[in-house]
Amino acid sequence: MANASAKQVLFDPIFSNNPIALQILGICSALAVTTSLNVTLVMCIALTSVTALSNFFISVVRNQIPSSIRMIVQMVIIASLVIVVDQVLKAYAYGISKQLSVFVGLIITNCIVMGRAEAFAMQNPPHMSFLDGIGNGLGYSFILICVATVRELLGAGSLFGIEILPVVSAGGWYQPNGLLLLPPSAFFIIGLLIWGLRSWKTDQVEAAEFKMAPQTRAMKEAM
Amino acid sequence: MGVRAFLDKIEHNFEKGGKHEKWYALYEAVDTFFYRPGSVTKTTAHVRDGLDLKRMMITVWLCTFPVIFYGMYNIGYQANSIYAANADMLAAQDNWRIALISLFAGFNPESLWDNLVHGAAYFLPVYAVTFLVGGFWEVIFASVRKHEVNEGFFVTSILFALIVPPSIPLWQVALGISFGVVIGKEVFGGTGKNFLNPALTGRAFLFFAYPAQMSGDAVWTAVDGFAGATALSMAASGGIDQVVAQGITWWDAFYGNIQGSMGEVSTLAIFIGGAVLLTTKIANWRIVAGVMIGMIATSLLFNSIGSETNPMFSVPWYWHMVVGGFAFGMIFMATDPVSASMTNTGKWLFGALIGLMVILIRVVNPAFPEGMMLAILFANLFAPLIDHFVVQANIKRRLARNVQ
Repeated sequence: MANASAKQVLFDPIFSNNPIALQILGICSALAVTTSLNVTLVMCIALTSVTALSNFFISVVRNQIPSSIRMIVQMVIIASLVIVVDQVLKAYAYGISKQLSVFVGLIITNCIVMGRAEAFAMQNPPHMSFLDGIGNGLGYSFILICVATVRELLGAGSLFGIEILPVVSAGGWYQPNGLLLLPPSAFFIIGLLIWGLRSWKTDQVEAAEFKMAPQTRAMKEAM
Repeated sequence: MGVRAFLDKIEHNFEKGGKHEKWYALYEAVDTFFYRPGSVTKTTAHVRDGLDLKRMMITVWLCTFPVIFYGMYNIGYQANSIYAANADMLAAQDNWRIALISLFAGFNPESLWDNLVHGAAYFLPVYAVTFLVGGFWEVIFASVRKHEVNEGFFVTSILFALIVPPSIPLWQVALGISFGVVIGKEVFGGTGKNFLNPALTGRAFLFFAYPAQMSGDAVWTAVDGFAGATALSMAASGGIDQVVAQGITWWDAFYGNIQGSMGEVSTLAIFIGGAVLLTTKIANWRIVAGVMIGMIATSLLFNSIGSETNPMFSVPWYWHMVVGGFAFGMIFMATDPVSASMTNTGKWLFGALIGLMVILIRVVNPAFPEGMMLAILFANLFAPLIDHFVVQANIKRRLARNVQ
């Protein structure tokens, strides 16, 4: 990735190297915060800004960090940024920050932030690292917004809290699907998204772990 | 023209290069449904057995017939008894099925015919939807993935139709079986590669997605606006004393004169089918015995612990056996050869795990009165692990035998 162009760094993580769909990172928050689009969007913005800024600052000091304590230094930077984000949310979007509860704090342990710091920012100049953070944040946001759209629309009949499908309990016709409000449903949706993505970009399909051997030599010859 | 001649005549259209080559899977399914497969094993050593996958699946399907007919009769009997007691409820039903039933039969709970027709008007549409929607997915996947449509689907569809409540809306049936077939089976590669029971996967989906139509008190009879608790939820609120106080004896529950999902009510009818399955060795007796032993042991344990506040603790094992989905799950679901353990020791453990879990969920989980579905799915997940340890133990024992 040393000589990837800025455009690649920014847009590859959306489809070709998606942090959730291909690297399978950051699944926990994808399950937890996707019941409504409002909350999801705020989470996406928070995570994208933390990833971008932490990548930037870690990259700035990357040549000064002794490699034996690099994790601790990275954590200090990430944790400081998360605290800033948390305080900003509490000040300007108190309702949503209540709904996100611990998950803002848990951005510190989000595998995507740590993973990009370790894998990209430690080897690349600040401006590329910043773009990489934005790109991965966008990849994360793309999956989360897809999941949240399905979950909120079919699970509660609304989008951004505005009613789209009138639900039965309020006199409408749509019977909301309760499973989609439970966290495990995000697994199914992410699974289906990965299925779709890999059918489209077949290079992401993993190699088979084993191949069934033909039954006998006679059959092998016949085949 | 005979069926064979007709099938042979159209066969070239479906072979490679034919004009309907995409639909080969469908052709193959119809062909092998009427006649035995033309292909034979050509390699050296193989087992000759009169029982192939096809015959095995059809036997399971036939063994559900006592359950189907008793289930239909019981749906009608329960509904007609309610109508006989409150005549105005019948007039208040706004339902195409009532119009359909009145074409063929009346609403007399004493009449076998009236009850059967009434039940059929509820069961057959559900079964038809299950079969069509599930079959649709099955054929799509078979065509794209180039495997065969096989009779396993007959079993999945009939079992799925039997474990849903009679008043379930048909669109939910369609959703449930789609989820069961696609997520429960086809994404893992089709029949033989699924680690969960597809029928139960579909039901679990509905159970969590639409709890109002799948659980509670209002869904177990085919009467709109009538709430009647199942024997199990009565027991959960007041123990077996309350069930008996409602006029339900153990024999009622055994014969199936109670409310419940369409096929699960009659333990007797299930055991008739089960006897055939066990004699023909299609259902493995080790699994069935394991489930029974696990269930009896766990319920005896809870009986001896006792509880002041939770009446389920004192429910004896012979009641656990006849209420809820226990018998149906034990005979038809737990014995699914694909999702159960493969080794003989593993089958005992697998069965016992189901028996343990079902009583645990019924007794100590306050949220769900019934636990058979979740217990079996839970054990399905553990089946490969159980097999792994059994195989490792065998390897160790044999190694120890050969110490130099």
